[in-house]
Amino acid sequence: MFTHIMVPVDLAHTGALERALAVSADLAKQHGATVTYVAVHAATPGAVAHTPEEFSEKLAAFAAGQGSAHGVTAQSHDVVSHDPSVDLDDKLMAAADEIGADLIVMASHVPGLADHLWPSNGGKIARHFKRSVFVVRGE
Amino acid sequence: MTDESANQGIPAPEGASDIIETDYEIGQDNIETKIGPFGLDIHNPVFLISGISIVLFVFYTLALPEQAGGVFTWLFNFVTQQFDWFFLSAGNIFVLFCLLLIVTPVGKVRLGGAAATPDYGYAGWFAMLFAAGMGIGLMFYGVSEPMSHFGTSLGGIAVGEDGMRTDWAPLGGAEGDVEAAERLAFAATIFHWGLHPWAIYAVVALALALFTYNKGLPLTIRSAFYPILGDRVWGWWGHLIDTLAVFATLFGLATSLGFGATQANAGLNELFGIPVGPTTEVLLISGITAIALISVLRGLDGGVKILSEINMGLAFVLLLFVLLVGPTVAILTGFVEYLGAYLQYLPALANPIGREDVNFEQGWTSFYWAWWISWSPFVGMFIARVSRGRTVREFIICVLLIPSLVCVLWMSVFGGAAVEQVVADGYTAAQDAPLELKLFKMLAELPLAGLTSLIGIILVIVFFVTSSDSGSLVIDTITAGGKVDAPVPQRVFWCIFEGAVAIVLLLSAGGLASLQSMVISTGLPFTIVLLIMCWAIWRGLRAERNA
Repeated sequence: MFTHIMVPVDLAHTGALERALAVSADLAKQHGATVTYVAVHAATPGAVAHTPEEFSEKLAAFAAGQGSAHGVTAQSHDVVSHDPSVDLDDKLMAAADEIGADLIVMASHVPGLADHLWPSNGGKIARHFKRSVFVVRGE
Repeated sequence: MTDESANQGIPAPEGASDIIETDYEIGQDNIETKIGPFGLDIHNPVFLISGISIVLFVFYTLALPEQAGGVFTWLFNFVTQQFDWFFLSAGNIFVLFCLLLIVTPVGKVRLGGAAATPDYGYAGWFAMLFAAGMGIGLMFYGVSEPMSHFGTSLGGIAVGEDGMRTDWAPLGGAEGDVEAAERLAFAATIFHWGLHPWAIYAVVALALALFTYNKGLPLTIRSAFYPILGDRVWGWWGHLIDTLAVFATLFGLATSLGFGATQANAGLNELFGIPVGPTTEVLLISGITAIALISVLRGLDGGVKILSEINMGLAFVLLLFVLLVGPTVAILTGFVEYLGAYLQYLPALANPIGREDVNFEQGWTSFYWAWWISWSPFVGMFIARVSRGRTVREFIICVLLIPSLVCVLWMSVFGGAAVEQVVADGYTAAQDAPLELKLFKMLAELPLAGLTSLIGIILVIVFFVTSSDSGSLVIDTITAGGKVDAPVPQRVFWCIFEGAVAIVLLLSAGGLASLQSMVISTGLPFTIVLLIMCWAIWRGLRAERNA
């Protein structure tokens, strides 16, 4: 049913991704799909890396680690954004189109009051993305 | 190189760039928490200290307005009058340093490493750095400053009883000589808006861009101090530098937002008869802040960039209009002549010692230099943010030479048209009008005055929006320890905070003026900071060339 699953990741907060990572790996195995781990980041130095190149390497290493841990075919794809806080959703959806993903599996928090003002990234992508989206919430 | 997997913060050199190795991990001092439903990612303690001290300063100014006013005015006079030689000398050093960078081999170094490609095309990049740098100032001073110098030059020299000059004419003035007064007036104006201010911005922007994109340090002011302070920049020295930068940026923005509102109000009154008063001004600040908020929420590319491009387009249309409809030949010959006059008078105007025109030198030049320098952390950081991928040579040419030329053109067109009105037609409404109305009075003499004045007001308002927006981004980045991906509510907070401070100061008597004096006074410590930055840039670029 699915051939290419995209999993957005935040390398600075991988702890919050555990459930989404497990779900995506299960689905990939079940459908024989490829998993692409996608991250959006700025070109400025951040907590994860000091250069965009270093970031790409870390993401590739992360993807390789996930691939061998779960036994799935894993790739990585990183997107440089001028303003990641704001552009995240659009960049992720553009990336999904670019790599040809037919399913996005992404972690999100439990919706609260703030979501009325700032919808969560997962919520926004589920609403606007043209193909399937699996939003994996907290506990 | 240390094992990467062990510590995420250890940088890996990529391509030909010379990354600084430090154990500091970007964001290690940050607090990630939630206030109510909003997630935060803020630097501890810079965010809190900046926020609290800003509130305390506002309270101090409100609670003891006379005392605060006295203290800040004294400080301001002390700084601009006692250190005029220092500001002027430093300004000259910045210009020479930038010109040196263009011609030396280090000009080949690319910001972001040898393989980096520019983040923005020329049009968008230039529009943004111009809008952040001085868009709003050109609206207000484009007509008024040349006219002011023209009047004082024509008036000639007056000497007081103590033998000191009491006139405000630049250099020796040009008593009774209209043509010479015009040349001197434009030379002086271009001096204040040309190479020197842009060299100040270029130094700060280049230092930040270099240490961020090539050396892997966080995008905050403290990073430029790494060559001097070493790992101490991550401690209290760095907190102090960053807090000072936040302070200068926020108060600089809030005070100009407050003054801008008074000026926009005067313009609206002139055009549409909208009443002048605190109600209109508060509404204007709220409106500008609201538009800035929308722009902030749309991000760098969807907000500031688009608005800057629109504004540059509008400004260009207005410029073309005045050029074509106004005295075209006089303006065009003026452009060449004023540029020549600038080069001719530059050595005398830039001379820091033994000046006789003390009023002009301290009241105008020294004031301007302190003003540009106090704005430089904000503008420099914003320029750095959008300049990745340019070579140093390209960067300096585009941040120093091209904006200077645009300023010459702008002053020649707007100031030239206004001066021509006085000289050729004897129309003195623009000359007699208060500062905020001079542009509109000049436009009133030309056809389609209603439309062009409206464009003028839109330009003023949108330039304020871009300042407020880019200022919020800069403050948010500094107070998030150099992270540009901090949660959006934080920059919304700074944007609103800035508008609120402006409103509070506006409603208090003299609050705006006294805090503005204080902001300009921060130019003095920052001048030393900038001189150190020149040295740091030079060292950094040399290391980069050898990488």
